[in-house]
Amino acid sequence: MLGFLKEPVVVTAKINVSLVALTVMGLINRLWGLCYPRAVVFDEVYYGQFVSLYMKRIFFVDDSGPPFGHMLLALGGYLGGFDGNFLWNRIGAEYSMNVPVWSLRLLPALAGAFCVPLAYQILVELHFSHCAALGAALLILLENSLITQSRFMLLESILIFFILLAVLSYLKFYNLQKHSAFSGSWWFWLLLTGVACSCAVGVKYMGLFTYMLLLATAGLHFWHMIGDQNLSNVSLLCHFLARGLALIIIPMGLYLSFFYVHLALLYRSGPHDQIMTSAFQASLEGGLARITQGQPLEVAYGSQITLRNVLGKPMQCWLHSHTNTYPIRYENGRGSSHQQQVTCYPFKDVNNWWIVKDPGMQQLVVSNPPRPVRHGHIVQLVHGITTRYLNTHDVAAPLSPHSQEVSCYIDYNISMPAQNLWRVEIVNRESDTDVWKTILSEVRFVHVNTSALSGASLPEWGYRQLEVVGEKLSKGYHQSMVWNVEEHRYGKSQEQKEREVELHSPTQMDISKNLSFMAKFTELQWKILTLKNEDTEHKYSSSALDWITMDTNIAYWLHPTSGAQIHLLGNVATWASANAAALVYLCLSLWYLLRRRRKIYDIPEDAWQLWVSAGGICGGGWAVNYLPFFLMEKTLFLYHYLPAVTFQILLIPVVLQHLSDHLCRSVLLKSMFSALTVAWFSSVYFVYCTFSPVTYGQPALSLPQLKALRWKDTWNILIRKQ
Amino acid sequence: LRRPGLPGVPEATAGDKAELSEARAGRRRRAAAPSPAPTGCGAAIVPRPSRPAGRARSQRRVPWRRRRRSSPARPRSAAGTAGRDCIPRRAPRPPRRGPGAPPRPAAGRPAALALVTLLSFASRFHRLREPPHVCWDETHFGKMGSYYINRTFFFDVHPPLGKMLIGLAGYLSGYDGTFPFQKPGDRYEQHNYVGMRGFCAFLGSCLVPFAYLTVLELSKSLPAALLTAFILIFDTGCITLSQYILLDPILMFFLMGAVLSMVKCNSCADRPFSASWWFWLSLTGVSLAGAMGVKFVGLFVVLLVGLNTIYDLWDLLGNLSLSLVMFGKHLLARVLCLIVLPLALYTAVFAVHFAVLNRSGPGDGFFSSAFQSQLIGNNLHNVSIPEHLAYGSVVTMKNLRMAGGYLHSHWHLYPEGIGARQQQVTAYLHKDLNNLWIIKKHDSDTDLSDPSGPVEFVRHGDIIRLEHKETSRNLHSHQHEAPLTRKHFQVTGYGINGTGDSNDFWRIEVAGRRTGELIKVLRSQVRLTHVATGCILGSSGKTLPKWGWEQVEVTCTPYLKETPNSLWNFEDHINPKLPNISLDVLKPSFAEILLESHMVMIRGNSGLKPKDNEVTSKPWHWPINYQGLRFSGVNETDYRVYLLGNPVIWWLNLVTIGLYLLITVATAVALKRGVQLTSELKELSRVVLHAGGQITLGWLLHYLPFFMMGRVLYFHHYFPAMLFSSMLTGITWDALLKFCAGLLSPSTTARRVYGGGFLALVLLILYSFYLFHPLSYGMIGPLASNPSSPMAGLRWMDSWEF
Repeated sequence: MLGFLKEPVVVTAKINVSLVALTVMGLINRLWGLCYPRAVVFDEVYYGQFVSLYMKRIFFVDDSGPPFGHMLLALGGYLGGFDGNFLWNRIGAEYSMNVPVWSLRLLPALAGAFCVPLAYQILVELHFSHCAALGAALLILLENSLITQSRFMLLESILIFFILLAVLSYLKFYNLQKHSAFSGSWWFWLLLTGVACSCAVGVKYMGLFTYMLLLATAGLHFWHMIGDQNLSNVSLLCHFLARGLALIIIPMGLYLSFFYVHLALLYRSGPHDQIMTSAFQASLEGGLARITQGQPLEVAYGSQITLRNVLGKPMQCWLHSHTNTYPIRYENGRGSSHQQQVTCYPFKDVNNWWIVKDPGMQQLVVSNPPRPVRHGHIVQLVHGITTRYLNTHDVAAPLSPHSQEVSCYIDYNISMPAQNLWRVEIVNRESDTDVWKTILSEVRFVHVNTSALSGASLPEWGYRQLEVVGEKLSKGYHQSMVWNVEEHRYGKSQEQKEREVELHSPTQMDISKNLSFMAKFTELQWKILTLKNEDTEHKYSSSALDWITMDTNIAYWLHPTSGAQIHLLGNVATWASANAAALVYLCLSLWYLLRRRRKIYDIPEDAWQLWVSAGGICGGGWAVNYLPFFLMEKTLFLYHYLPAVTFQILLIPVVLQHLSDHLCRSVLLKSMFSALTVAWFSSVYFVYCTFSPVTYGQPALSLPQLKALRWKDTWNILIRKQ
Repeated sequence: LRRPGLPGVPEATAGDKAELSEARAGRRRRAAAPSPAPTGCGAAIVPRPSRPAGRARSQRRVPWRRRRRSSPARPRSAAGTAGRDCIPRRAPRPPRRGPGAPPRPAAGRPAALALVTLLSFASRFHRLREPPHVCWDETHFGKMGSYYINRTFFFDVHPPLGKMLIGLAGYLSGYDGTFPFQKPGDRYEQHNYVGMRGFCAFLGSCLVPFAYLTVLELSKSLPAALLTAFILIFDTGCITLSQYILLDPILMFFLMGAVLSMVKCNSCADRPFSASWWFWLSLTGVSLAGAMGVKFVGLFVVLLVGLNTIYDLWDLLGNLSLSLVMFGKHLLARVLCLIVLPLALYTAVFAVHFAVLNRSGPGDGFFSSAFQSQLIGNNLHNVSIPEHLAYGSVVTMKNLRMAGGYLHSHWHLYPEGIGARQQQVTAYLHKDLNNLWIIKKHDSDTDLSDPSGPVEFVRHGDIIRLEHKETSRNLHSHQHEAPLTRKHFQVTGYGINGTGDSNDFWRIEVAGRRTGELIKVLRSQVRLTHVATGCILGSSGKTLPKWGWEQVEVTCTPYLKETPNSLWNFEDHINPKLPNISLDVLKPSFAEILLESHMVMIRGNSGLKPKDNEVTSKPWHWPINYQGLRFSGVNETDYRVYLLGNPVIWWLNLVTIGLYLLITVATAVALKRGVQLTSELKELSRVVLHAGGQITLGWLLHYLPFFMMGRVLYFHHYFPAMLFSSMLTGITWDALLKFCAGLLSPSTTARRVYGGGFLALVLLILYSFYLFHPLSYGMIGPLASNPSSPMAGLRWMDSWEF
């Protein structure tokens, strides 16, 4: 019974001590003095506000990327017990006591630390020697810019971690492919590739580049498998399906789930509500939902409504009118109809209320039972306070002379007949007899006489409200022409006086509308992709070309009194050698390729395969993470280059080992090469030590020391005026 | 009259499969025609391609093109050979086809070509004079043609060749350049415009034979070529675009010319350095120069030819029977014909452009001062001014950004609520007295105009004060936000009669110079740094609202970056105490002019941004023919022309692209899996993969880049890609029909399927053209949205507006 006790319990474990040592060194290197400085550093001011909003469960939209990265940062805050009460308004502000700085910065720092063993593993999986792998890991360890970026509440180190993890797991998977396809570990690494890819994309859209690279690599490898006659068609199909599942379906599902969690966490309305449609806003707690609760769903003849422009650009606004008329002559001499102004007003106002009227009847109240308005019905819109009809005619609009003027009709008896019939077109209808619904329906008003649509544009001269025009030609669908009903109630009062009182009273509500998750997801995703901040210029922005030579740095933080400061500044020696390695790799590859074409084989075939695959991953990773920036028009910063430079650094040991293995033929050359490598490595270490004060922000440096650090004229080392 | 599509059909379907492949093999491609599978022996026996001695190694690996290089004298193994015994032999036998068979395609092809050309010209020149008023972009390109005739300098975002040719055509046909081309809809009256339209229509008509020949060369199949030709002849979009004074027919002419000569040159690969090889190679180069010279979109065809050449060279490099010296010759020939020759021609085009346009005109302001001094009639032409800047000089300052404008101020204040309520400082594009500023010392206000006083030059690094001559206010800046660019500081005019405060002090620096150097008029690029705040005077390029008279905003930027926005030069310079020098010393070299005009064009192109609420055409609209362009006429009584592709053809093209992808993937996978194919299937897969691949590459290169462009896009940008798409349609359907016919092997059924399918496609195209031809040839009457219009039933998509 206790037989197992007769044998000693033996656990044999193989521990790669260097890997453990590297991890420990990485942790020390990244986590040391993490709480310093206890102040807002650079983009923490940006991400911090989102962390606070997560803590308070308030909805926000961030156009810089998908929500997974923000959620991870918020997780740190959650674990540290952050209550979200901190005003993120300026860089350098001291943190108050309730901000758990250490736990907020912990996750990025851990991600940064684990990049070191990941680099080691990647080189091993690429079949390079232990020495080369060690070199790669040490270079990542001593890279100042990666250290700086991972020690604060920023997303790049998390992104790089997931990118490297995806690459590593793909390589592991590929190496397992030959012997043990469909084994447990094969599945594990394949699935991990997909998961890591979707996490990378979920942190920042930049992750897409690496994802595409891995997809292309997988496609290429699969293409080779197709040519393998030993595999049956069925097993080929199984391989294809497994890859499709792990590399496409699962990442997509995960990506959706990030948004699901994001929307589930953030259920309160907040400052970014107005970008979203009314339907979306109504699904958030507080805000619009409080107002719209309990409105009747179907718009009927006699309904009192406010109409909001769906586009929400340049700002959200409601169709509005007031007793003032258009000036008879504009400044530039054009004439107007001198009728009542119709504008789009960005604030809630009693003048935003309109009544839907049946042209055939006089009454302005909802009959019992209500007669709902359907797609294609002809209606008149009566302005609630002034009881004038919404009208448009062939008069040029005040600011956009190519469009028609929209007014509220005043009968001057000058043979200018009222043209106030509008056909309701529900844009997002499901059938042609759909009922016009509050909030959910997006409506166009097509003018019956001149077939014009109304759209909003341009700031207006009079009351700085927005101009409303009738667009003469239906140039396809454009959101600025579409309106939806936001507030709605059935009108009850027949008399004008009573109606005014009714309009001034708050609306009463009771139902809440829930959008499906997919509808919310598509809207949010679309907003994230299309929301464009105005072109901002930044003191530390740089162009992609500056990054290779590291012509610019970014000052992250400056101590208010002493000269201590933190900069995003790479290890010059590493960057220069990475560039050199890329150049050598390119030239050598070209040379080999041309010679191979002439059937001259300089290196053995397996060495060539090694060279190509390592270059494909490291060089390719650099290219896909760097070159697309030349096509982008947004404001760019040095930290956008960090994923690319990580891959470029991995190329250095690849090239070095190749040089020593294949080009140093004699023993003497080999030992000389090793000596040179060691010397070069110590220079990397020396540079790391030199710049560590501006990487860690301590110790504070004196003025001459700071000046001595300014190795390039274009660097912006902050020197305090005495 | 014979049906145009038929001449090739009887050939292709006349015999059994073997004959079919024979007929396709044509006369030139003898070596490539493998012996066809004999019907009697079953499909299991696959004939080995016979190889000539000495070429064994390259034969095995290289693609089809190299194979054709092998000796043309080698007789083909004919259908009868394999039919006799089932062992494919190397023993050559003369072809057994009757002597009457080969001449038939030979006779049919010129006839088909002539027919196609005739139809093309007829369709393009039909109703060319209509409408007799300016249509759409004729207002630009016709006007620019007139500028060439009048020799007036102008600026356009496209290179000059297209407009030069239009001008030349107008000149030769007797147009005198007096018509103003003010806006679309203006009547030509007595002016002769037909010459220019005819020239464009001529080039547009050439597209069809070009496409026909290209497809014929690539696929060796007459039906495929005919199908392509019919698609292009009867596409309403291609007709419309060719009938007016536009750059597109010219661009597409050169583009198709380049593709055709590239393909022809590839076919000559078995006879390198022969006369025809040189001819086609250099013709490729000439066409490339032409395409680049018309529009920058020509760059895509340069890419296509470049990729093809690299592939070609790579192929040659792998051919070990070719010595490196020979390879070097190949390389050199291509460098000469495809790089040096086009560059020389392209430069020559610009040289002619600048030589012809030597009078000042509407384009002056876009160019630098040095450039303007070249133009007759410009106020900088042949003037002489003092060279070095001195205190007391009266100057104008021009911003170095494109269309930068002169530093300007006037008696108007910034309105309430926009910064400090001081005098406005703006950038103004026109010459004006309010652009004059006086350079003064910052610390003394002595009267420097005293002619007897000593001359003191302004040096790099000096601190100066700029006084506005008309209003006597100083150029001033302070830490208020600028009116439009909120992150910059406001620049104002401040002080009375030249007395201001320390915020009026500016440090003057020459870009890239050291302290103490003198500052030269026109040539020095100057930066003005505000002494108190450290910001730099610049022009943001944004237009101020009405209160600023829609002039350009001037700000002081705190971001110390070297951009043309923050650099200025001195243009006018008045100082009676200094000797005048002639500006001829400034004369820019041709290389400088070339570079500058390219910078200006590129910036102009990227400056064509869509405005915020404007509804623009998106690249994904184009292949589905989502929306056309209104060329002429809006109302019911107008003569209306609407640029819209023939929807049947365009949707056929669209479907074909998907179909082609499917076929390619299937074929490639089958080949990779090592499926044994019969000889005609191999030939088909070659056509699909190689010929189709080349065309698809062309389509991708002419379409995908538009997705990444930030500028305003229009529907007609798709037409170059549409040419490739049409060629792909011809090739794909031909291959597909042949494949289907091959599956139904009894010869009569096969023939019927093939012929019937082809005929159906042609009839479909003809009928759709019959339906839609009013789009190009003009419609009068009620709009199509009106149910009583004859076009009402044809408005298949709501977005069409004819």
